[in-house]
Amino acid sequence: MIQSRLYGKLSGSEEILLPVKPLYLAITLFIALMLNLLPLTDWLLALRPDFVALVLFYWGIHQPRKIGFLPAWLLGLAMDVADGSLFGQHALAYSVMMFAAIALHRRVSMFGMRHQILHVAPILFMTQLIVLGVHHAAGDQVPGWWFFLSSVTGAMLWPATDLVLKIPLRQRHDPDDA
Amino acid sequence: MQSSPPPFFKRGPSLFARLAFFSVLSLFLLYADARFHYTEAMRKVIGVVLYPLQQLADAPGQAASRIGNFFVSQSYLQRENDRLTHENFLQAGQLQAQQATIAENRHLRQLLEMKERAEQTSTVAEILYVGRDPFSRKVVIDKGSSQGIEEGAAVVDDTGLIGQVTRALPWTAEIALISDREQVVPVQVVRNGLRAAVFGVGYDGALDLRFMPVNTDVENGDLLVTSGIDGVYPAGLPVALVSNIERNAAYPFAKITCTPAAGLNRHRQVLVMSRLAPLPEYPVAPESKKDKLKKAKKGK
Repeated sequence: MIQSRLYGKLSGSEEILLPVKPLYLAITLFIALMLNLLPLTDWLLALRPDFVALVLFYWGIHQPRKIGFLPAWLLGLAMDVADGSLFGQHALAYSVMMFAAIALHRRVSMFGMRHQILHVAPILFMTQLIVLGVHHAAGDQVPGWWFFLSSVTGAMLWPATDLVLKIPLRQRHDPDDA
Repeated sequence: MQSSPPPFFKRGPSLFARLAFFSVLSLFLLYADARFHYTEAMRKVIGVVLYPLQQLADAPGQAASRIGNFFVSQSYLQRENDRLTHENFLQAGQLQAQQATIAENRHLRQLLEMKERAEQTSTVAEILYVGRDPFSRKVVIDKGSSQGIEEGAAVVDDTGLIGQVTRALPWTAEIALISDREQVVPVQVVRNGLRAAVFGVGYDGALDLRFMPVNTDVENGDLLVTSGIDGVYPAGLPVALVSNIERNAAYPFAKITCTPAAGLNRHRQVLVMSRLAPLPEYPVAPESKKDKLKKAKKGK
């Protein structure tokens, strides 16, 4: 039964998308960075998912040959400057996340949306754990359980990310119609 | 799904090698930043690149508040105008009295042959955003080193001290609020001149007055102002009001909690004071006889 389900996933629901251009990757990452830079406060800030991590992870899963460690690392440095935190902690976290994404890309794309979330959540959690670990090593205290809320909301937003990022890649008209 | 070539095609270094390279690079940067602060130049470059993006991300909020401002009612403006005129009138009176006091103070200081206090200039800056790092209490303002903001400068609002500039990038600057866990402000109790230090606890709305003996002369409602003896904060800025004192003889120190005098999370505009003139060097302890003897022995 499992086999038939997997087979269905691979052949039936997997649509054929247009090839991804590097410019499109850059634009989506830029928009994610802008969303991360939004001047939010308090609860909105605690709930805000790390959009950069989410989009980087998405492309790491779906286009592992077109995205590498360098964009992840550079965006991590940008987040460190924007946060005023120790230089390199987001860079480290995003690099490890990109490794997880590229190593798992075949496995994750086999699963349906609900099971993909179960992959995304622990990896976003691990990314935050690395940031937390660096802070801890530098002598800061853990801010509280709500610190990890953003990886929960990030995982919740995974289906939406998938939908939105695919929109420009849909084929305009069905080639079978012509 | 993208079709990947079989692994026997050359695809550059392996995944592990790339992970190791970037991790080591990050760890190196972390170490260089935490221990030696070598990365400030790089941070400045990235800060300059990020600045237009930050402005862009801030734009929707700004536009919304501008549109909101446009639809403010006439009566509200009238009321605010009345209030400001009244305040301005009161402050003009106080200022005139203060001019006389300043002149008198300068004269007395000259008579006593004390050093003159340097005049302070200040810059109005707007808060761009509250720090996103949940580990520290920071805000970022829209003025930086190119507008004359210096690291270490004190930042105030209309009611008291807010914090200190901890990092000046070319067009923005980071301010550590006094509620930040790593901020310590030397203060004086206005009522009796007692010197103490106020520590941030990591969240807004409370500060700690630490290391005061149980029988110390501090009362509820005492105003704490900066003492100015650290050479960072100018003297006399209101910092906090004592709100709660627990004297338990079992502990060596009293537990004194204060509320900040300034609205740490209320304002959009803040005032950045200029740096104070550097204090004279800390006097070097005169050499004791023992040291002299040691030196003499070494000389031999």
